[in-house]
Amino acid sequence: MTPPDRPRARRSARGRFGEKAVLLALAAAATISVLVTVGIVVVLVEEGALFFTDVPITEFFTGTQWFPLEGKFGVLPLLNASIVIALIAAVVAVPLGLGSAIYLSEYAPERLRRVVKPVLEILAGMPTIVLGFFALDAVTPALQMVFPGLGLYNALAAGIVVGLLITPLISSLSEDAMRAVPNSMREGAFGLGATRRVVSLRVVVPAALSGIVASIVLAISRAIGETMAVTLAAGTIPNLSWNPLEGMQTITAYIVQVSKGEATRGSLQYDSIFAVGLLLFVVTLVINIIAVRIVRKYRTVYQ
Amino acid sequence: MTTNVDPEKTAKDSPIEIHLAAGAADRGASQQASGAQPGATSSEPSLGPPIFRLQDMGVWYGKHHAVRGVTMDVPRNAITALIGPSGCGKSTALRCLNRMNDLIPGARVEGRVLFGDEDLLSSDVDPVDLRGRIGMVFQKPNPFPKSIKDNLEFGMKVNGIKPTAERVEQALVDAALWDEVKDRLKAEAFSLSGGQQQRLCIARAIAVEPEVILMDEPCSALDPIATLAIEDLMKNLAERYTLVVVTHNMQQAARISDQVAFMTVEGTAEGDRTGVLAEVGTARQIFSAPKDPRTEAYITGRVG
Repeated sequence: MTPPDRPRARRSARGRFGEKAVLLALAAAATISVLVTVGIVVVLVEEGALFFTDVPITEFFTGTQWFPLEGKFGVLPLLNASIVIALIAAVVAVPLGLGSAIYLSEYAPERLRRVVKPVLEILAGMPTIVLGFFALDAVTPALQMVFPGLGLYNALAAGIVVGLLITPLISSLSEDAMRAVPNSMREGAFGLGATRRVVSLRVVVPAALSGIVASIVLAISRAIGETMAVTLAAGTIPNLSWNPLEGMQTITAYIVQVSKGEATRGSLQYDSIFAVGLLLFVVTLVINIIAVRIVRKYRTVYQ
Repeated sequence: MTTNVDPEKTAKDSPIEIHLAAGAADRGASQQASGAQPGATSSEPSLGPPIFRLQDMGVWYGKHHAVRGVTMDVPRNAITALIGPSGCGKSTALRCLNRMNDLIPGARVEGRVLFGDEDLLSSDVDPVDLRGRIGMVFQKPNPFPKSIKDNLEFGMKVNGIKPTAERVEQALVDAALWDEVKDRLKAEAFSLSGGQQQRLCIARAIAVEPEVILMDEPCSALDPIATLAIEDLMKNLAERYTLVVVTHNMQQAARISDQVAFMTVEGTAEGDRTGVLAEVGTARQIFSAPKDPRTEAYITGRVG
């Protein structure tokens, strides 16, 4: 093919300089993000370890009072508040998110879907501090009509707005999972005389279950890590209670409170935010690992 | 759609003709006779009373007239094959018979399709109910991601049939799958081979106790051995059910069918291309003495 008088120019290794540059740049980007993550963990562990030299880890996990100024470092009230609010959020978000996912994937006309889905996703991009205002300004007053004695700061309003925050996460990821179910499977069910309801709930949802469960788990992890809305809406008083009508301080809200500058660097109170930060990190990490496991284990591979 | 007609047909050349002749001869009494007296069989005495009567049936997808003017009878307890080039609307026509086209936004079916006495296109007919009486098997095996047993019970529950072990067994026996799966009914349907999955889908359709089974190229995703197994099964099923089978494979149509409908594509004045029924007749007549030159061109492998 090549004319003999014009042999193809031999390319030296230098000729591929562009390739190497790109490779290097990409590798650097990947390395930096990994290093930063590792760095964060190292700092958390280091500072957290400092804290645990003063406060025994057993006291940290079994103590029921969190009054840092009095030297009471029982993390249960904070952890409990995070869990209560995440659970309320899940109670709000799972039906809303799944319902809208099923509607968008199985019922909505294509044109409507193309409008509604982006709108829902905008909700996910809303600054969470705005949602905190919304909780104080709209949700709590509305709840006070139902529960007259309700204080301004309460876990219920916080949980509700966090639920609204994670709803799009569930609906969007679940809808993606349901749309990944091949149409041939729906046709198979319709061809047997199934109604759309049966096709949606008994064929599509089970077939997409791994994606749906993963979306819920990820959303709960997001709810536990959520900060601004709960700081504003649930208050800053540590309170070991399952009553959602009371105010309570979550792990994240405590970190905000201390980071604002009340504690001097090096004090026990300052170190404590690294300890609870580490705890938060471990909790969300475990939840995310569970989500990944669920997806891997129950993922159905469609031909 | 327009361009893939030519290569497809030129690819199937003379070998097809030989197989077809053999296939047609299998069904006919004698090879000589079938060629000699096509006119005598034109009244189709061997076909039973119709279960479907299609009258000027057509399908629109929005402004696209996908199929028009299909008028034919589908005999009861027989196999009717729909053949024709790609894009001729065979599958679209088939999907009218159980109202599957209802699920496609913008699709509209015109004309009449009498099923027994009622026009199944009428708005009085509940398509969900209808699909319980007219089952369907698809091109690609599409079992649900459930166990073999659950796959069978799904259709029964949906149609209000009590899912008993006997019914599950019977459907699997009828679909010639029982011996292969009887020890692992709880196994995932996806663990079966492609041919087994397709037989499971047939079993799933049978389990609902339909009157008709529509099959949309049921063997096109299968290897030749699995295809033969399904073909044998179809011939057995035709004793109890009416089968309407879309197939790309003319040898298959020749091997299995009693009646053959040949569809083709026609250009319209508006520049659209629409599927039409060129000819319908007994398998013997279509393959040995087609009346329409387009049928003849197609089955002999020449471009129509």
